[in-house]
Amino acid sequence: MRRKPIGLWIAAAAGYAFLYIPLVIVVVYSFNNSRLNAEWVGFTLDWYDKLFHNEDMLAAAGNSLLIALTASLVSTVLGTMAGVAMYRYKLRLLPLLVLTPIAIPEILMGVSLLIFFVLVNFTLGLVSVTLAHIAFCIGFVAIVVRARLAGMDESLTEAARDCGATPWEAFRYVTLPLIMPGVIAGALMAFTLSIDDFVITFFTAGAGTVTLPLQIYSMIKIAVTPEVNAVSSLLMLLTLALIIIASRLSPSLVGAPSEKT
Amino acid sequence: MRRSGRLGKWLVSGPPLLYLIVFFAIPTLIMVLASFRTPGDFGGLTPLFDESGKLDLNVDSYVRFFTESVYAEVFLKSVWYALLTTLLCLALGYPLAALVARSGRKHRNLLLLLVILPFWSNFLIRIYAWMIILGPQAALARGVNGVLGFFGHEPVPLLFSSFAVLVCLVYVHLPFMVLPLYANLEKHDQALLDAAQDLGAGAWQRFWRITFPLSLPGVYAGAALVFIPALGIFAIPDILGGPDDSLIGNIIKQQFLETRDWPFGSVLSIVLTVAAVVIAGLAAWIGRRNLGTPSSARTARA
Repeated sequence: MRRKPIGLWIAAAAGYAFLYIPLVIVVVYSFNNSRLNAEWVGFTLDWYDKLFHNEDMLAAAGNSLLIALTASLVSTVLGTMAGVAMYRYKLRLLPLLVLTPIAIPEILMGVSLLIFFVLVNFTLGLVSVTLAHIAFCIGFVAIVVRARLAGMDESLTEAARDCGATPWEAFRYVTLPLIMPGVIAGALMAFTLSIDDFVITFFTAGAGTVTLPLQIYSMIKIAVTPEVNAVSSLLMLLTLALIIIASRLSPSLVGAPSEKT
Repeated sequence: MRRSGRLGKWLVSGPPLLYLIVFFAIPTLIMVLASFRTPGDFGGLTPLFDESGKLDLNVDSYVRFFTESVYAEVFLKSVWYALLTTLLCLALGYPLAALVARSGRKHRNLLLLLVILPFWSNFLIRIYAWMIILGPQAALARGVNGVLGFFGHEPVPLLFSSFAVLVCLVYVHLPFMVLPLYANLEKHDQALLDAAQDLGAGAWQRFWRITFPLSLPGVYAGAALVFIPALGIFAIPDILGGPDDSLIGNIIKQQFLETRDWPFGSVLSIVLTVAAVVIAGLAAWIGRRNLGTPSSARTARA
């Protein structure tokens, strides 16, 4: 334990307060018995009750879940392959294509996919959104899987090969079980990214398809209502739980050095 | 690799490569091509070959961007907002990163997780939170305007203003600054600071002459991670900004979804990407050059 000056504590505490007070306010007001998100009146669960009777909201939640499940499943398979390939082989194009979508402003991917889908006459909707989500999730999965591979002993796979396992058997029975925590962490991350995505969905969804973030967007463009607080609180609860699980499985996710090193 | 090495390489890297070529590389190339095309009458693009079979490629949209000053102004304003965001994130993020880096192993992961968690909560929810905090009936606005009224000022709206946009930009991007800073600060050798203290350097001097120069690679990495997404943002000015707070992202959205001028929207997107990459690359280059000068980090580390 090193000495920490008091000024540092105060500045950091202010930083944490800045990060958390807004989120806490959203959750607290979701239980507030007032239409205005301005001051505390009394406790109620009315806004949650309203939420579960809001047909539009339920349909949007259904769409979001469907997209996130499909996108996370496919991007986990493709992202794991990309992570393994990037770790084992010297590749030029793949790392570039995997990492660029993460590095550039999101809006670019949104508008270029919009042009693409319209020009190839692909109807905008659930499928186009899912295809777009897979494209930006692959990179995140690949990074987590590669980090996990870097922390494992590659000689185990080689030993399996020396004992006569086919490359597939060596992967299936040795490598995959070892990198499984990374793969699951990547999948949870992809699910979270997909269910939370607003920008790319906004451009690729077309007129008729609504996801949870799009529904929240159209609601807050009109007015502040505690119903938005309620749906926000539930969505936060879901994604934060997933990310905490993912960070347990793959410490590198939170930037911390893995336990092994 | 063994006999099956080449085949295995393609089997493993092929599917993700193919997917990203189709759904990332090709759309990006189409966008670049679209920037040289003519907008169609009802949105979209005119045919690539006109009636006489001539290839229709032109630089009209680029000319428009560089000649109509309103776009250059919006663009400069976006760069300015992104720059301010980066500096404010640095000022707020540095103490956070330093505190996490100085904590014992037991608390470190928890403190770091606490910085990252807000980043994983929904982007729109984080914007919405500021709609509540800055709203006209909320305590903050009433308090601020109470004080202003006391001094005889007109009340100011906090929401739908540049102030709201900037606060939220900083809020959303702060974790991007803390992570690389932490990764850098965590590696610093405490012995250097102890030595400086033994030689009589005060806390302030130790920070500016040792810690800060050594942390520059982290500062530049964090600055790039904040600056690039901040430059392309459209949802924050869209929701929290006033009529004068349109940034380049808002104009791009408008070109694609309202005006439906794809070529011009593509030009704006390309300029945005080039600017983001150039400015981030420049920061990285300055960072590396600074590290090379004898007065700073390299000698300090030796």
